[in-house]
Amino acid sequence: MITINDLHAKIEDKEILKGLSLEVKAGEVHAIMGPNGAGKSTLASVLAGREDYEVTAGSVSFVGEDLLELSTEERAWAGLFLAFQYPVEIPGVSNINFLRTAINETREKKDLDPISAKDFMAMVREKSALVELDAKLASRSVNEGFSGGEKKRNEIFQMAMLAPKLSILDETDSGLDIDALRIVASGVNKLKNENNATIIITHYQRLLDYIVPDFVHVLFDGKIVKTGGKELAIELEEKGYDWIKEEIAQ
Amino acid sequence: MPIELAGAVNHSQYKLVMSNYTEDELAKDLENQEYKFGFTTDIESDKAPKGLNEDIIRFISAKKEEPKWLLENRLEAFALWKMMTEPDWAHVKYTKPDFQDITYYSAPKQSKKYESWEDVDPEMKETMKKLGISMEEQKRLTGTNIAVDFVMDSVSVATSFKSTLKELGIIFCSFSEAVQDYPELVRKYMGSVVPTSDNFYAALNSAVFTDGSFCYIPKGVRCPMELSTYFRINEGGTGQFERTLVVADEGSYVSYLEGCTAPQRDENQLHAAVVELVAMDNAEIKYSTVQNWYPGDKNGLGGIFNFVTKRGICGTNSKISWTQVETGSAVTWKYPSCILKGDNSIGEFYSVAVTNNYQQADTGTKMIHLGKNTKSTIISKGISAGKSHNSYRGLVQIHKNAANARNFSQCDSLLMTDECGAHTFPYIECKNSSAKIEHEATTSKIGEDQIFYCLQRGISEEKAIGLIVNGYCKEVLNQLPMEFAVEAQKLLTISLEGSVG
Ligand SMILES: Nc1ncnc2c1ncn2[C@@H]1O[C@H](COP(=O)(O)OP(=O)(O)O)[C@@H](O)[C@H]1O
Ligand SMILES: [Mg+2]
Repeated sequence: MITINDLHAKIEDKEILKGLSLEVKAGEVHAIMGPNGAGKSTLASVLAGREDYEVTAGSVSFVGEDLLELSTEERAWAGLFLAFQYPVEIPGVSNINFLRTAINETREKKDLDPISAKDFMAMVREKSALVELDAKLASRSVNEGFSGGEKKRNEIFQMAMLAPKLSILDETDSGLDIDALRIVASGVNKLKNENNATIIITHYQRLLDYIVPDFVHVLFDGKIVKTGGKELAIELEEKGYDWIKEEIAQ
Repeated sequence: MPIELAGAVNHSQYKLVMSNYTEDELAKDLENQEYKFGFTTDIESDKAPKGLNEDIIRFISAKKEEPKWLLENRLEAFALWKMMTEPDWAHVKYTKPDFQDITYYSAPKQSKKYESWEDVDPEMKETMKKLGISMEEQKRLTGTNIAVDFVMDSVSVATSFKSTLKELGIIFCSFSEAVQDYPELVRKYMGSVVPTSDNFYAALNSAVFTDGSFCYIPKGVRCPMELSTYFRINEGGTGQFERTLVVADEGSYVSYLEGCTAPQRDENQLHAAVVELVAMDNAEIKYSTVQNWYPGDKNGLGGIFNFVTKRGICGTNSKISWTQVETGSAVTWKYPSCILKGDNSIGEFYSVAVTNNYQQADTGTKMIHLGKNTKSTIISKGISAGKSHNSYRGLVQIHKNAANARNFSQCDSLLMTDECGAHTFPYIECKNSSAKIEHEATTSKIGEDQIFYCLQRGISEEKAIGLIVNGYCKEVLNQLPMEFAVEAQKLLTISLEGSVG
């Protein structure tokens, strides 16, 4: 699905990713954990193609393509999805109009006809139920006046609508109460299949009680410094990150 | 000369008619029509020589076979105009037009710009395609086939609905026709809202106006369809001076649409219209404009100078609502206004003004509260891109007797680049202490985060900007009739293509 090799990236002359490597295969769920400021969101942004970041070295191959050669929208068309840590508001643009535009543009690139209004609405009903998103929210302006939890659920709703190959969830769990967390997790689990993959960025292991990862990675100072199974997440929760720092220092 | 096309268009019916009608059939019809009406007449001589003097004015008036009072009005206006100076308080810079280098009258039919559809600039064709204008409409707008618009608009379309309107006693015709057929009405209301002496351009218009539209809705009648007029500037070196007068008698309602277009030309062309609205007691007028006159090229060459005076007067319990989406013209100077004379009357102004490249717009409104319990609402959205300048200028005036007057103004500016400018000039004059006036203003830059969010979902930048900007203008676009709103949305997207920086 995606192979990241020795990735270096900087912003405003500050190197944030310092040789990061990671491989995710179809059907897998990977969790990336790490302290604040480690570079988790930076990784997500670089993979999604945010222009502020400059990739200085390394390579990324995504479904057989050189990801770094693709523009942001081409990456999306190829099946990459980012659930934002801080979803933006777009006043006056309804969620539905936004998604229809996104879906139809993606379909157009694949030489498919635009989705019919009827099929689209049926899909909206089905997918909004998946994350228990109030149908009213689907027709409101994108994220405008949404609570923190509603914004996160809306991200997963969008993910369900766009059916990506690789989803990167950046701190989707933060700011969610336990019920919302369960709903979001169950949505992600239902969307999971052998042809797609998920990268979950989080710094609590709480979410991983609901979405069981195949691998847990520790991102520290711009690199993946440790990889393990679910038990690594529990260990991090108990012991914090200091022992990792010490391990690296040795 | 400008061609003025006045047609009552019920859009849905119009589309229906057109779709059952093939292009071949149309072509055949036109051949016959052309022959029948003898469009081959040489009308070269119908063009007045360049320049402005009393003789030219007499010439225009004679050509239009006007009554004596109208000629006298024109001459009086001309005398006044000569004593006036061009205003320069607006936040715009341009080379003042040479009023002696303009043709003030030229007959409609010989003004072909393109010999054939193939000659039409591909860029312009593309723009029209994006606007969703049909092939025939495109041909008409580029002036490939004047006979077409003449036939299509004046005969096939307009007349069929004219009979429906007539049954209700609604008058909707060109201004020239109105002068001939309803001289008392024209004489009574023309100049009653915008007097000749009002300003430099209004005086000029009063002296040389060539045509425009006239509309009268009788007492208690609700006009059952949108009335629409399409203006365009056709021939090079001509000025366009339309005159529009809409009178809604007591308890009546009308929604009026005005569309504009002009072919590309590398010289600046002058457009100075006057629009007067009269809403009598308990009447309502909704006046919507989508203006996309040629804005000049990327380097600021050419484009229309649009100096327009639009004003309405409200009787008791009446309402006038101006909605405008302005994306065109090199220089715009325009302040659709309401005189809230009657008690409980309401004035509204909803505006989107987009400027790109080197365009300049100074636009806004005046709400003059004279009556008690009068209310006004101003929603202005200015969007600036390129190196353009976009100014909002608004006056809210509460007079001594306007007890309990209310105004709410909201002026938002959106910047697309670091090189453009947005300016807000709100003026408030309040002479009654019971008035409540609220003013809100914001300026923001188009959000890179918003664009990135769209891109990440697979929405290309062009579409993303279209979405974001249309969302930003929603409050105004919502005021437009459906068909017009769709066109306006496309127009916004097109005029901002590639404009983020
Ligand atoms: N626009 C920016 N300019 C400079 N430094 C930045 C910018 N954005 C993020 N950083 C820095 O990059 C580092 C990694 O940030 P981030 O990827 O958001 O961390 P995480 O998501 O792991 O908490 C932090 O030290 C942060 O301060
Ligand atoms: Mg982060």
